[in-house]
Amino acid sequence: MAFTLTINGEARTADVDGDTPLLWVLRDTLGLLGAKFGCGAALCGACTVHIDGFPVRSCVTPVRRIGTKAITTIEGVGATPVGAKVQEAWKTIDVPQCGYCQAGQIMSATALLNAKSQPTDEDIDAAMDGNLCRCTTYLRIREAIKVAAGQKGV
Amino acid sequence: MDGEILRDPTRRFVLQSGAAVGGGLLFSFTVAAESQAAAAAMFNAYVRIGPDGGVTIASKIPEVGQGIKTAMPMLIAEELDVEWSAVTVEQALADFKTYGRQVAGGSMATTLEYDGFRRVGATVRALLIAAAAQSWKVAPETLTTEPGFVVHAASKRRVAYGELAGEAAKLTPPDPKTLALKDPKAFRIIGQSHKSQNLDAITTGQPLYGIDVRVPGMLFATFAKAPVYAAKVAAVDLAPAKAVKGVKDAFVIEGGTNLQGLMPGVAVIADTWWAARKGRNALEIQWADHPTAAQSTAAFAAKAAALAKGPAQRVDYADGDVDAALKGAVKVVSAAYSYPFIAHANLEPQNCTASVKDGKVEIWAPTQNPEPGRKLVAAALNVPEEAITIHLIRGGGGFGRRLNNDYMVEAAAIAAKAGVPVQLIWTREDDIQHDFYRPGAWHNFTAGLDAAGKVVAWNDHFVSFGEGTTFAPSAGFNASQFPGRAIDNYRLEVSVMPLGVPTGPLRAPGNNAFGFVLQSFTDELALAAGKDPVDFRRELLGEPRLLGKPGERDSFHTGRMRGVVDKVAQMSGWGRKLPKGSGLGVSCHYSHLGYVAVVMQVTVKDGALKIDKVWTAADVGRQIINPKGADQQMQGSILDAISSTLRQEITFEGGAAVQSNFGDFQLLRMSEAPPIEVAYVLSDNNPTGLGEPAYPPAPAALCNAIFAATGKRIRSLPIGDQLA
Repeated sequence: MAFTLTINGEARTADVDGDTPLLWVLRDTLGLLGAKFGCGAALCGACTVHIDGFPVRSCVTPVRRIGTKAITTIEGVGATPVGAKVQEAWKTIDVPQCGYCQAGQIMSATALLNAKSQPTDEDIDAAMDGNLCRCTTYLRIREAIKVAAGQKGV
Repeated sequence: MDGEILRDPTRRFVLQSGAAVGGGLLFSFTVAAESQAAAAAMFNAYVRIGPDGGVTIASKIPEVGQGIKTAMPMLIAEELDVEWSAVTVEQALADFKTYGRQVAGGSMATTLEYDGFRRVGATVRALLIAAAAQSWKVAPETLTTEPGFVVHAASKRRVAYGELAGEAAKLTPPDPKTLALKDPKAFRIIGQSHKSQNLDAITTGQPLYGIDVRVPGMLFATFAKAPVYAAKVAAVDLAPAKAVKGVKDAFVIEGGTNLQGLMPGVAVIADTWWAARKGRNALEIQWADHPTAAQSTAAFAAKAAALAKGPAQRVDYADGDVDAALKGAVKVVSAAYSYPFIAHANLEPQNCTASVKDGKVEIWAPTQNPEPGRKLVAAALNVPEEAITIHLIRGGGGFGRRLNNDYMVEAAAIAAKAGVPVQLIWTREDDIQHDFYRPGAWHNFTAGLDAAGKVVAWNDHFVSFGEGTTFAPSAGFNASQFPGRAIDNYRLEVSVMPLGVPTGPLRAPGNNAFGFVLQSFTDELALAAGKDPVDFRRELLGEPRLLGKPGERDSFHTGRMRGVVDKVAQMSGWGRKLPKGSGLGVSCHYSHLGYVAVVMQVTVKDGALKIDKVWTAADVGRQIINPKGADQQMQGSILDAISSTLRQEITFEGGAAVQSNFGDFQLLRMSEAPPIEVAYVLSDNNPTGLGEPAYPPAPAALCNAIFAATGKRIRSLPIGDQLA
């Protein structure tokens, strides 16, 4: 059936089964390729998007559950002030290695800073522990979050 | 000099130049055998300078997160003398005839290309100078360059490279061997940190990876293989898959029994990947009986224990008389070590896009090693290798997994049968259960110490997988591993058992486990000798000397290792008193031409391990090309090693892998990543790679620190719940 989704501020229509995970609607139906497939089981965070500002794992989120809630993806998060700051900090610190997980990392970091503009190390651990990085860029992710929060100069 | 790795003397660079498509200078150089230099036309890399002065450099090595797409073009840009900001880097196609070796493996790109790539830059610069000299009617020797410009100081004239490119293209290049390379003191690009390529695309979610490839008319595929490796499809009803909305086709791929080749399975093709997966889930596949269906981790361990008890099947290396030396030893120490199979678990599951049309095959592959894939595809599809085009796509992690090309031949076989372009994406479960695993093995050590605490005898009965005198892939061990060749009485005994599981290289193959067993047992010997672990290693290394032959990859320079051990001891404040429950551990290991030492500080409280801090020092020659990229590889290698040491293990039951996703095959998380301080000891040796050598010393540094903190010796990985 057809679902009308609000994605990055635009209305997009997808004619898919209701049980289709949002990740595959974004990637295969709507051509938004930024969210990545890593595990299909909410275990790695590579597919993280925002739904009404909260970070969710799109690989296990059936499209029928979303309704009219606002979806923000890595392609659109730069249009928000915090998202833009996070992306900029990621570039300043040169966080990525292979880069595959980084869209999800940026989405989780942005949600963290939206909820708490001055996170502690413990806040960062709690918000980011569900986002795996196989290249283990964690030290720079932490640094970039602090740069984006204005806690650390560069 | 000692420890120097010599480049292949049978090769030399041959230069060609010509007009670029669309104007400007297209510069290529070829690598040719000395004897057939004239005949060879193997383009090896290229530089393109546009009329606007924009410089494009092709990067021939696949990028999988190791930063090669930044570091290698930096070498060319340095000697060409351009601003790094004016450089655009393009990924080259997979083309052995044009580019030669295109492998992201063995940490070899830096070693093999450091001089050659700089000579490419120097040669193009010489051509641009020659073109300016011709135009100004002055001697080339009177000209210099500033980034992007040729300059005649005497007349205060300068001209942009872009304006010279057209004329330079008509000139005959000089012999690159006659060109002086820059004094490293004059480097402006090499030795400065430059950011990763594609940083903008990565941070804004632009298409970049294998699963992002889109080809007109493309469908998506899943491929179900037998849990028992290479078992055939006995029976399957394809109708339930075909009944799923969006599924276009489903069929059996016959496959063979070669664990390195195309294996049997069932493909489902659909207009979205989710539909292909649903179709696959609807199938009930009956797999044929297979001879390896009884394999299990428990059976491997029982067999290994039996082999360890009996006499070894063979002796692979022996110095002196180990038995006599053990009899004469004041102290004899024995310990049995083991490590498990582990998976690569690239975050991007294996995938590949293929199009087969009119006898031509086009492939988009995140591969670390395209040429063996081309051969697999050519054989499976019965097409000539020349009919296959392979686009090198950025890989979402490599770690050695993508040195194999099983996903490539699967995608090609499925696309050929489907008659449309197909993107095959594995599920995470496929990825964990159908890896080329780092194989497990067992080391049974016995060593003897004399009254002064010196090691006078060392015996290792290595129990591994293989048949006859052949090891399973990446399952071998050899006596060039230190302290082999440094101890008068040293013996390596080997016993093997057969294996029906695919194995292959994982970051620092072999070494990733050898560092653990060798440096842990060395710590046990230090304790038995009553010596400080760092002092004991210094004594074991002894006088600076080369073990093995100059120029050979497995030669080992004790002085270079001593240098990094001293450095890391100094950085970490080795010897400081720590509170109860905390400890420092040291380890050092040589692999992939790099010497690396690591110290870790840990605290264990109520069975809970915390890694407080890590220090590491590396000697990879006289020049670090891209310091920040180097730090990334050092830190990443060590954290990768911590990740596997803590929890990772693949076990087998009923011939199949038990683990299937990140719930039971766990990666390191943010909260577990300790700070890591990195230093380099610069030595007068050619620069070598950093993708791997910091991994091997890390596991023993961790386990030795745990021993220092708790008195608990970890002899079997992963650590798991051994501290509870």
